[in-house]
Amino acid sequence: MTSAAMDSIVAPLLSVAPTRALVDEMFTVRVENLPPCQHFTLHSLHLSEDNDYWEAFGHYTSNHKGTVVPQDYTKGGTYTGKEPMGLLWSLRPVPGSRKGLRLRKMNVCSPLLYTISVYSGHLVVGFRAQAPLASALAERWYMAPGVQRISIKEKAVRGTMFFPPGTEWPLPWTLGYYFGPGEMETTEMKSNYFETAFNIVKDHPRVISNKVGIVGLSLGATVAFYLATESKVVKPCCCVCINGHHFNPSGKHLFDLSYDSFKMHVRKLSAYWIDCFEYQESIIIIYLNFWQMGKINCPMLLVCGEDDQNVPAVEVADDIERMVRAAGKDRLLTRLNYPGAGHLIEVPYAPHFRVTAFMQAKEQKVMIVWGGQTKPHSDAQEDSWQKILDYLQLHLYSCPSLASKL
Amino acid sequence: MDHKQCTVQLSVQPSRALVDEKFKVLVQKAPPGAQLTVRSHHHSEDKQDWEAFGHYICDSTGALNLSKDPSLGGTYEGVEPMGLLWSLRSVPGSKPGLRMRKKSIETPMEVTVSVYLGHLSEGFSEQRALAAVVVERWYMAPGVRRIPVTEHSLTATLFLPPGPGPFPAVLDLWGGGGNLVEYRASLLASNGFAAMALDYLTNELTKTTGKMVENDYFEAAFKFLEQHPQIVGSRIAMWGLSLGTTMTLKMAVYSNVMKLRCAVCYSGSHIQPVDGSVKDIMEYMHKKEENTRINENQEVIWRDLILPVPKDPALKVDMGRVQCPLLVVVGLDDQNSPSYESAMDMKEMMEEAGNSHLLTLLTYPNTGHLIEPPYTPHFRTTVFRSVKNTDLFMVLWGGETAAHSRAQEDAWRKTLMFLREHLCDRGNSAVTSTSNL
Repeated sequence: MTSAAMDSIVAPLLSVAPTRALVDEMFTVRVENLPPCQHFTLHSLHLSEDNDYWEAFGHYTSNHKGTVVPQDYTKGGTYTGKEPMGLLWSLRPVPGSRKGLRLRKMNVCSPLLYTISVYSGHLVVGFRAQAPLASALAERWYMAPGVQRISIKEKAVRGTMFFPPGTEWPLPWTLGYYFGPGEMETTEMKSNYFETAFNIVKDHPRVISNKVGIVGLSLGATVAFYLATESKVVKPCCCVCINGHHFNPSGKHLFDLSYDSFKMHVRKLSAYWIDCFEYQESIIIIYLNFWQMGKINCPMLLVCGEDDQNVPAVEVADDIERMVRAAGKDRLLTRLNYPGAGHLIEVPYAPHFRVTAFMQAKEQKVMIVWGGQTKPHSDAQEDSWQKILDYLQLHLYSCPSLASKL
Repeated sequence: MDHKQCTVQLSVQPSRALVDEKFKVLVQKAPPGAQLTVRSHHHSEDKQDWEAFGHYICDSTGALNLSKDPSLGGTYEGVEPMGLLWSLRSVPGSKPGLRMRKKSIETPMEVTVSVYLGHLSEGFSEQRALAAVVVERWYMAPGVRRIPVTEHSLTATLFLPPGPGPFPAVLDLWGGGGNLVEYRASLLASNGFAAMALDYLTNELTKTTGKMVENDYFEAAFKFLEQHPQIVGSRIAMWGLSLGTTMTLKMAVYSNVMKLRCAVCYSGSHIQPVDGSVKDIMEYMHKKEENTRINENQEVIWRDLILPVPKDPALKVDMGRVQCPLLVVVGLDDQNSPSYESAMDMKEMMEEAGNSHLLTLLTYPNTGHLIEPPYTPHFRTTVFRSVKNTDLFMVLWGGETAAHSRAQEDAWRKTLMFLREHLCDRGNSAVTSTSNL
């Protein structure tokens, strides 16, 4: 007889519902059949596409029925309090990992896999060295069933179009300029690249041409500011701009932001770009004008992380508001401020990155501080996402004359 | 281009779910007070088309919630959040008597849910939907391991839940149609039980030798589970449907090898030559084929074959010797097996023997023979070929769709509770059953 057969106690029952979900959907983790009133740790483990391990955990006490649910209160771990989604948003690289990692899913056709486990006791390290009491696997998807993914390589534009399921007729569209600095070759990024991309979408037979909006993060938001104010070719239906700056490197390429010229103030291993703007005003005056935000003609949603250490998001938003108000167009502008949130405001339950490694244009690796404290940053991701979806729904699906300030 | 039409929002959540999980269907921003049809469509593995639909009226905000609003007509009526799945039927023009059963359980069933303006009952493919989404229904949760088993000449598939275990286990048997039917076992594993689907009629050994299996085949299956390092040998149950129930009761009572912690019997009977094997049981039923009835629709009714319940103890399992908790599930409109009459006789035998505290009996009105996992379609009649016959019959299984679907949902939930109670309890005390479900 095996030892398992001699031991007639079965493993605790750990269930995750739903086992397969979209990345912006909640899940519930439940453990039953534990010994009552004892200490347990709930743990999530994820192996990234870059082969790094990420984990999160919370310390719980089973109730008298031997059950633990994450609506229970946790006093320790990578998250505290009543946080049903803490096992996702508080994910961080396991001890001993390379420094400055960032978690980004590049293949969106496959799910993120999380192993959710329960361990005896209140552990903080050594999870992979011991066997859990029970485990389950959860899938988190960026793509709903039936969504069609189509690569675009047209007129030097590279991108991907995603079509919602079950629809063959024209729909409103969102064009996402979503990238961080240095993630494309600056020589390609002339202004008309973005206009060409916009027109590829606008002219697509499955797109309603006057219902194309823009969502941009960081430099993507800057692109949106440019297109909304200066472009004679494109007219976005609405814009969502997350933590962008409105600096105009006039006369140069749109993104010819030569970082050398900012003379970065490097503190230890971190680069606080925001300091450049505070301490190098003369450089700003010499190098930068601003996009004239008073020229916008479409509704615009600004999302600002108040602890953004990469872009002075709040100051930028204040300045944009000033310009827009001066032009009598403040009804077009909506602003969401998130105290404690950093630069990289991503989708709900995505991990927070305060600092990550970044390759500069000349192959110099620095650690960039993006900012934010994990809990308020995660709250900002959850809150802003729903508001962004509602905003896009309002402006892309409704009649423009009915569009009102949120 | 009517842009107003494209404002309608349809969401089904979760978009990917296990077959036994519910979903929520919401429509928003439809024209206020509009007549709407919500329709589901599925193209099955055997290339047949299935559909279901409900007729609704949305409220003054243009919203519709299938968990709260009633269907006024269609393939289901009333407040039925899962009606789009359980009332699926083959589209008009399909061959009669089709049955939908998922063979490949490692891929999901895909269902397209759409909303149309007006109350439509046909011609959906010629209309443009206001909105549509695709939903996946899975028989296997992520992390469940599917392991084909061929040891000891078994033809079986073991499903293990994710994690280290050890797990309680269920030996899963289907009926006279044979084949290795995996979807209930994989669903059980998705619910935390190791489960092994066993083919005992069309298994490799029988196909190559022409000889049907003896009772030691089932004992070998049990021993395989008992010795598995990730299974708790003292916590093994057996679940049978139809002929599977016949075998389950036989093994539960008469096998010296199989020590079942509990047993589940759906749509079956204890009537059988007790000293026999599968072959003897099939021959016993074959001899009684003159009791077959054909109704006015040319549908074959086999429920009378082995009636009346015999008095001869050699022809029915001695239920007084059952030593483990037993869950018996009966559809009162079962036209294929005399499951109600058998259940009544089983109960009487157990009351006389003093072990009726082990019996939990669930009877469902207007429910037929094929009591399957929840939210899967109901089949009142289908084309059927049993392993003994080479002929095809149109067999009447029975049941009225809405009642049968309610029964499937309720029986599944209660069976999982029964299994959890008896297989997962932490105490070491002798197991007693509770009949107050």
